[in-house]
Amino acid sequence: MSFEYTPENLTKLQEMVGRYRVKRAALLPALNLAQQQLGYISPEVEDYVAGLLNVPVVDVHEVVTFYTLYKQRPSGRHHIRLCRNISCWLRGSESIEGYLNQSLGAGEGEVSQDGRFSWEKVECLGACEIAPMLQLDDDYYGSLTREKVEEILKNVKD
Amino acid sequence: MPIVKLLSENFGRREARDIRWYRDHGGYEGARKCLFELTPEQVVQEVIDSNLRGLGGAGFPTGRKWTFVPQESKKPKFLVVNADEGEPGTFKDRQILTWDPHRLLEGMMICCYAVGIHTAFIYIRGEYVRPAEILKQAMADAYREGVLGPRCLGKDFTLDIFVHEGAGAYICGEESALLESLEGKKGWPRLRPPFPAIEGLFACPTVINNVETLSHLPRIVVNGGKWFAEVGSPRNGGTRLFCLSGNVKRPGVYELPMGTPLRELIYEHGGGMLDDKALKAVIPGGVSAPVLAAKEIDVPLDFDSLIKLGSMLGSGGVVAMDEDVCMVRALQVISHFFAHESCGQCTPCREGTGWLEKIVTRLVEGQAYSQDLPNLMRVAGNMIGTSICALSDAAALPVRSFLHKFNSEFEYHAQHRRCDVEERKATATPLARSAV
Ligand SMILES: Cc1cc2nc3c(=O)[nH]c(=O)nc-3n(C[C@H](O)[C@H](O)[C@H](O)COP(=O)(O)O)c2cc1C
Ligand code: SF4
Repeated sequence: MSFEYTPENLTKLQEMVGRYRVKRAALLPALNLAQQQLGYISPEVEDYVAGLLNVPVVDVHEVVTFYTLYKQRPSGRHHIRLCRNISCWLRGSESIEGYLNQSLGAGEGEVSQDGRFSWEKVECLGACEIAPMLQLDDDYYGSLTREKVEEILKNVKD
Repeated sequence: MPIVKLLSENFGRREARDIRWYRDHGGYEGARKCLFELTPEQVVQEVIDSNLRGLGGAGFPTGRKWTFVPQESKKPKFLVVNADEGEPGTFKDRQILTWDPHRLLEGMMICCYAVGIHTAFIYIRGEYVRPAEILKQAMADAYREGVLGPRCLGKDFTLDIFVHEGAGAYICGEESALLESLEGKKGWPRLRPPFPAIEGLFACPTVINNVETLSHLPRIVVNGGKWFAEVGSPRNGGTRLFCLSGNVKRPGVYELPMGTPLRELIYEHGGGMLDDKALKAVIPGGVSAPVLAAKEIDVPLDFDSLIKLGSMLGSGGVVAMDEDVCMVRALQVISHFFAHESCGQCTPCREGTGWLEKIVTRLVEGQAYSQDLPNLMRVAGNMIGTSICALSDAAALPVRSFLHKFNSEFEYHAQHRRCDVEERKATATPLARSAV
């Protein structure tokens, strides 16, 4: 499946390229934009972005595999990142982990059967005051209990 | 210690994001004073006098750092703001970005005027989607009002600011890895020299400062460097945002003068330990900082005092652990983190972080080999001072401190292949346990 930016995203990228002294500096923003559009970074995205920015494809691939936010395959419609680091661990993140496993019927890195959710454990998300916490799509949720997670998941409509 | 709010006065106040509100409450007065009343040299001098130190973790004096940038340069100079906040236990920059974005922008203006910079980038971690939105809105407002742009505040001074989102990698908080990342590469720290002040972003002179560091500048300029210095302790100017988390009653960000005792932070501001359990250990400056035992908490929280204790103030992330925490498990969580985040460029760090995690995991899982404790110390020893960036040391030093200060727990795991903390908990509260 070939990939192209929407006209709107292409304009955005062109504006971004102008900010930097070298074109390549727009690589992370370009990949972020592509992931927003497609949901993950496919090999076609790598080719396309490499062509736009005059960067060897292998360098693009290296970047995609280095950073944890790039997904190389589709995730669930909603993606959950559960913090596993020290402050969240001290406040019971392992119990939340167990709950996600069980209630989504999907292990870490898997997609739930209905395709709605996927989840993973991540390092510190910078919100230890509300430990244990997770990120659901773009938002942070904290002071989690199993009940609270159930509530959060229930409020996701699509 | 008296409550002095220099950075946190607007936390929790939605209206402070509004540029009109911010300006009506004294906002952008520091920047105005610089642009219209002070020379760049005078601004640098105020910052030197303030004893402001880098609050990203290293504590380097901010004013002095700026003087390393050549004044005359054929190449453009850049400011790069480190908003990659990833040190576990740290969540202060997020508060500034969320509640007081204009304070950061104003601080950036002051720095750029002082150093002669006309382009700045804010490198913000990719997970901070909402804070980035708030920041971009604040920037759009500042451009619209002529605060930023070709004639900042009506003065013949140009400043353009761009937000650059990261993509998930703790190492990109390390300044030279951050520059690599900003140039569109994987975040591999650079060999130094050359230092960023001479050859940084796009090989041009670059100042890199943390969000909190820069956000202090407006007040320093308005109230004077000497005033700021007096708020803190010797050689550690002003206040800082301490991030308290772990087994405390009231986790949160507390702005306190440098030099405030750790005990006060935990027991007065944090309300003490959850369920009134006993304190066992504290990590005083993010997980890169060697751990302290409970008896050490009378230490004043400033850079020099913690170095004297063999630890560091680091990012100001204070993590308190109670008597029921297994220190071997805690170290496993931390060692996993460093193994995951090592960029893999240097052998001692790449291999060492992997081995530390593997050995500590064996101890946790009751699979210890006979030489595991000496081996842990040996692996850690080989990682210190042998690699390109400070992550390697940051992974090794905590291991030494955990083993040194909580030796009996590690010995118990090694010899009995069981956890003494778990056993004690099980025997001490049989009723509570059977009730569950
Ligand atoms: C592994 C590692 C991670 C770091 N992460 C951060 C970070 O997330 N944020 C930050 O401001 N500084 C971080 N630093 C410190 C930066 O390298 C640098 O010292 C700092 O951004 C300079 O700004 P300051 O002088 O205002 O503190 C990190 C350093 C290391 C070695
Ligand atoms: S010390 Fe570790 S994180 Fe730093 S450059 Fe070397 S391998 Fe990478």
